[in-house]
Amino acid sequence: MKLTIERAALLRSLSHISSVVERRNTIPILGNVRLVAEGATLKLTATDMDLEVVETCPALVEQAGETTTPAHTLFDIVRKLPDGSQVELSLSGGDGMITVRAGRSQFRLGCLPVADFPVLHSGDLSTHFKVSAGDLSALIARTRFAISTEETRYYLNGIYFHTTSDPENPMLRAVATDGHRLARVELPAPVGAEQMPGIILPRKAVTEIAKLLGEDETLEVSVSLGKTKARIEVGDVTLTTKLIDGTFPDYERVIPTGNNKHLRVPTKAFAAAVDRVATIAIEKTRAIKMSIGNGSLILSATSPEAGSATEELEVDYSEGGQEIGFNSRYLLDITQQVTGEELELQMADSASPTIVKDANDGSALYVLMPMRV
Amino acid sequence: MTSLSIAHLDCDAFYASVEKRDRPELASRAVIVGGTGPRGVVSTACYIARISGVRSAMPMFKALQLCPDAVVIKPDMARYVEAGRKVRSLMQDLTPLVEPLSIDEAFLDLGGTEALHGGPPALTLVRLARRIEQEVGVTVSIGLSHNKFLAKVASDLDKPRGFSIIGKAETLDFLAPKPVSLIWGVGKAMQQKLAGDGIHTIGQIRGLDEKLLMKRYGRMGPHLWRLSQGLDERKVEPDGVAKAISSETTFDKDIAGLAALRAILWPLCEKVAHRLRKAGFSAQTITLKLRTGDFKAVTRSRTLEAPTQLADTLFRTAAALLAPEATGAVRYRLIGVGCSHLRPGEDADPPDLLDPGLPKRKKVEAAMEALRGRMGDEAIMKGRALPSRKPHEPRPRIIDPLAPKPSKRESAADQQPPDGNGSSASRRADRT
Repeated sequence: MKLTIERAALLRSLSHISSVVERRNTIPILGNVRLVAEGATLKLTATDMDLEVVETCPALVEQAGETTTPAHTLFDIVRKLPDGSQVELSLSGGDGMITVRAGRSQFRLGCLPVADFPVLHSGDLSTHFKVSAGDLSALIARTRFAISTEETRYYLNGIYFHTTSDPENPMLRAVATDGHRLARVELPAPVGAEQMPGIILPRKAVTEIAKLLGEDETLEVSVSLGKTKARIEVGDVTLTTKLIDGTFPDYERVIPTGNNKHLRVPTKAFAAAVDRVATIAIEKTRAIKMSIGNGSLILSATSPEAGSATEELEVDYSEGGQEIGFNSRYLLDITQQVTGEELELQMADSASPTIVKDANDGSALYVLMPMRV
Repeated sequence: MTSLSIAHLDCDAFYASVEKRDRPELASRAVIVGGTGPRGVVSTACYIARISGVRSAMPMFKALQLCPDAVVIKPDMARYVEAGRKVRSLMQDLTPLVEPLSIDEAFLDLGGTEALHGGPPALTLVRLARRIEQEVGVTVSIGLSHNKFLAKVASDLDKPRGFSIIGKAETLDFLAPKPVSLIWGVGKAMQQKLAGDGIHTIGQIRGLDEKLLMKRYGRMGPHLWRLSQGLDERKVEPDGVAKAISSETTFDKDIAGLAALRAILWPLCEKVAHRLRKAGFSAQTITLKLRTGDFKAVTRSRTLEAPTQLADTLFRTAAALLAPEATGAVRYRLIGVGCSHLRPGEDADPPDLLDPGLPKRKKVEAAMEALRGRMGDEAIMKGRALPSRKPHEPRPRIIDPLAPKPSKRESAADQQPPDGNGSSASRRADRT
């Protein structure tokens, strides 16, 4: 194997690849990137056995061939090479080392046999559809913060994607929840997605996909889904991931329908006020209290150590006095995702789930569990 | 000597001494406090038993081989705790800066108490030792020096009923010939590593460059270097608030089966939950501890989304950690459950969108706790705590008014999270 490749192209690919590779690996080959030189491309593959990312980039291949070498080391080397340099990768002789050469720098890295490199078989992928990077990115960005980290409820450790059954107007929905808050975002189902199976996309895949989508939101993304795996193609990158094998809870049951106390607040002013008042909130609980009267909202927080804070906002509300507490971080997670000028909170009482949404946009809905304050 | 103010006080063979105090006829006998079962280990051996070579943590059968005449007594923690509290309160009469390390051991900082107690710390401590002997009836050993490390070393020098002082000027000469294992944090592995590099004494470490030590031993390096110079800046911290609560048990015979281990795990979880509640804490990290038949320790932990105080949550989490370890391939001799990342009790188990049964489980546990408080631990227990049924035995007839009737399964749905992932079989057994 011998090839020359531009540093920028190689660096970009390695940056996609290397985050898949865990820094600490008990299985050495999982710390490696697989390099395949053929035709006029270099193909790079990284896997953690649950998630695989493959990227092809143009290269001047003198001699085809393949090997695997430590991903993070190669990434670190390429990162430190000067901008604009040409990188030569060559596998010479039988000493099992790859040579990385650029300008006057030369590195020799150990390799492991390609035959040992695990391949993630995608299996049967029955559903195929295309969606714009911007749309998929929005679905992910507006729900991912609510993904649970608790391993006991492993089926919540990802985003649940499914299509609604309404035949007239099927929607593609993304849902995530950790039991304290729930995020549900939808958009009209792309052609081909109407019959998709419900899938739970694991957190790590969510992170990697979000990163790929974020680079160019105008790209078109090809999505292929099966029962146990999903594949996403964006530009030159193909990401294959296992799905979480579990049943996502019947989340509709926890979305309240009869909350009749509607409070409207200006999104930005509300977020800024919550953020300010939360400075005082007890670090671990981040609780703030909302005291709502006709036309006014008083946000307050007290902490035995730090002191107290209050701030008053003019709001649109006429439903009678209500006090309710929330985790300020959870409120801010939501306000960050709301782009509209007005935010609506729909409450029942101080102990029941509250709905938070953009007052003029029904595509995203958030449910928040109040706290005792 | 007057500038020395950090002391370490350690009761001598504490459990055994309390036993001898309460049973004077044992005064001249070898007394061993410890487990009496086939797997029993020595908790404390009195100094007479120690002459025969009996040590703490030694298997009881071995201790009795060494010292066949010994009187073996099962530990009676309540009495030891009471005696330990008395000792502690006598220390706290002298200074608020008392940092308990265990029931019978503490650091004291007597800095600035000369005027108050009418003498230097050394004199105050001698009076304290005498007072403890007179009022509690046990002897103590005291070490006095200029920091915690040396105070602790000093208290060990002249046990029992000892009083040792390591002064500033003699610190380096004193430490130089001592083995590296005297430094806290240097265990067997570190000791071997150092020996491999030809280092056996603290003096040898002192002769080395701090940077070299850091390079060789990582974060341990600077630690070794500082202590080899007799430097230790740790303060005596009186607020020894609990950082973790745990409970464990050693089996009479090694156990491999998941069901049997789960059955033992449940009462441990109840015990830990009870202690959490009593101390006003909730905990966010649950740790399962196992020890294999060949003494390998296995710990697995998991951090929850929100802190808990419920035995049920402790159990579900610990049982989930246990399942992959108890495949039947490994036999275990010990199981334990612990919890850490302690938070105030009022933060426990906040409402959960997906678990509408949570408030009910909270109420059930609180009610059980209250009932046990009035009528004893046996008054009420969960089905999970009942002895497991062998396959060929008939199902025990327990009339459970709370159990859902098969035709009304829907009505029980509010007790279960609205998902299909939990096993309803195990849930059904959760009912009281």
